Amino acid sequence: MRAGRFWLWGLLAASVVAGGAEAAILINGAGATFPYPLYSKWFDEFHKRNGEVQINYQSIGSGGGIRQVLDGTVDFGATDGPMTDEQLKSAPVPILHLPTALGAVVPAFNVAGVQSLHFTPEVLAGIFLGRITRWDDAALARENPQVKLPDAAIVPVHRADGSGTTYVFTDYLAKVSPEWERSVGRGTSVNWPVGLGGKGNEGVAGLVKQTPNTIGYVELIYATQNKLPFGDVRNRSGRFVQASLASVTAAAAAAAEKMPEDFRVSITDAAGAEAYPISSFTWLLVPARLRDAQKGAALKRFLEWMLSEGQQLAPPLDYAPLPPAVVTLERQALAKIQVGGA
Amino acid sequence: MSATVGHPTVATPAAGARWHRRRLGDIAFRSASLGFALSVLAITALIAVVLFVASGPARSAFGWRFLWTSTWDPVALHFGALPFIYGTIASTAIALALAVPFGLGAAICLAELLPARVADPLAFLIELLVAVPSVVYGLVGVFVLVPALRSVEVVIQRFLGFVPIFGGPAYGVGLLTAGVLLAVMVVPFIIAMSREVLLAVPQPQRDAALALGATRWEAVRHIILPYARSGILGSVFLALARALGETMAVTMVIGNRPEISASLFAPAYTMAAVLANEFTEATGDVYLAALVEIGLVLFAITMIINAAARLMIARVNMPSPGRA
Repeated sequence: MRAGRFWLWGLLAASVVAGGAEAAILINGAGATFPYPLYSKWFDEFHKRNGEVQINYQSIGSGGGIRQVLDGTVDFGATDGPMTDEQLKSAPVPILHLPTALGAVVPAFNVAGVQSLHFTPEVLAGIFLGRITRWDDAALARENPQVKLPDAAIVPVHRADGSGTTYVFTDYLAKVSPEWERSVGRGTSVNWPVGLGGKGNEGVAGLVKQTPNTIGYVELIYATQNKLPFGDVRNRSGRFVQASLASVTAAAAAAAEKMPEDFRVSITDAAGAEAYPISSFTWLLVPARLRDAQKGAALKRFLEWMLSEGQQLAPPLDYAPLPPAVVTLERQALAKIQVGGA
Repeated sequence: MSATVGHPTVATPAAGARWHRRRLGDIAFRSASLGFALSVLAITALIAVVLFVASGPARSAFGWRFLWTSTWDPVALHFGALPFIYGTIASTAIALALAVPFGLGAAICLAELLPARVADPLAFLIELLVAVPSVVYGLVGVFVLVPALRSVEVVIQRFLGFVPIFGGPAYGVGLLTAGVLLAVMVVPFIIAMSREVLLAVPQPQRDAALALGATRWEAVRHIILPYARSGILGSVFLALARALGETMAVTMVIGNRPEISASLFAPAYTMAAVLANEFTEATGDVYLAALVEIGLVLFAITMIINAAARLMIARVNMPSPGRA
């Protein structure tokens, strides 16, 4: 009873405090979880520089971000996989995709005594299709002559929750394997032919870390944080490339030359000798007409700041910054966003 | 000054007003509590209606097939819920099969055999277990239960691998692990509630049985358990409801694979887990509606089981010739 009352007072006090701290301009966003650490840093830093602007971001997932920006319940959304043409068509106001940073997805594995492996696209697709089932398969052994691979069954691990990470990985597999494209396809959730499902990047990393003979795909940062070994992947130029901020930026730079006007570009399996092939942009979804003049101006100011100063905050958090060519293109797109009026 | 004016014993003309006020209070209390009671009904009905309406696109696309097909393909938009229904029911069944004998045995020990100075602290600890958040159980499951069960599974397979329910690779995560973890999670409910019920059995019942020459076991078996059975059943059904709806801990250890396998070691998936996992990223109308329909099916199964529980308790409580 007393505890209950105490709790109630606490809640009341908290709401009063929260109410008092409210900023003059409140902007709401929702969406992707992958860039959340970077976004929360950005919104925090931007608020420090512009006290009157407060940006709230809920990392509810890319699907939720797309839904909410279409419904107009948030001022902007965020996604790891671009919206489909159908979704864009259903939007009452045209919606722009603005790349903010880059990430990489890596094949992390747990094989006793093995610290590095080379994966060809065919091997990765084969493993996740259930065609390659043993670690000492000839296709794997051929690319890794220096490694002693065990005579053991491969346990593939994938994301159980819908995820932009899954979108990037399946998008890559669909590009490199016609069979994958035909039988599984790409999406934030797919019908996995084989394997165990883990919840979240940390769930997959945990399963891989604890279960012998597993292979699973995670965001680069989760593999490094959990000290999981991850493989180099052969890119379009035939080189085995390890995922790093540099190799991810190289993939983006290769794509920047042919950047479509709406920025909805997949940079998996990118050209370029140094490009890491399982890389992706992550996007903010911003309506092309911002009705509320005050909010719109503030959001635009944030976007400009994000493209300049904000980019320098990305590498310390393990996100690759945008290549300069993409930043230039985005500045031009930003200038076209209308603020206020009808 | 103000204290004397309003004081009820001083002003006699105020008696009528006081009576009136009490009546008003009665009416207010009645309508308020009636409102609260009705709001429960309203919330239940609202959930059912919202789930039904929002699952419309999936119901019209798949019809009853949704309940007995097994493909779950968000890319091709084919949805069937059978593996999830199976996983939910199977993991709950394993959990109860383990938790009921264990929990009941522990409750009998705490209520009947141990002296209060030992039983009371133990009961307190058990009530603490009830309050542990499920994600903590999930973490314990991932870091302790999964490796432990994996080594047990490997041993079982060496001797009994030819039996289909022990077949397939032993990952450590899977249906059995989820069932065991659920059992660990619901056992405190069964112990805590059953103990209360057993303690509520009147002392003369025990004394009479023992005076007639019954052993401890006979007294428990023939007198105390029958007396308390409706309460014990109640605790089991509460545990069942918790196991059916458990999400976080289950998804962390079940392997999240929508497949029906003969093996207990194989990965599976539950309805609550797929909802939690896929809802945030579901974009298409049909996909979203299919997930909502899973929620509707889970809701319906919970309702059916609760209704069955009520019926069972009502039947158990019917006066029978053997009881006073």
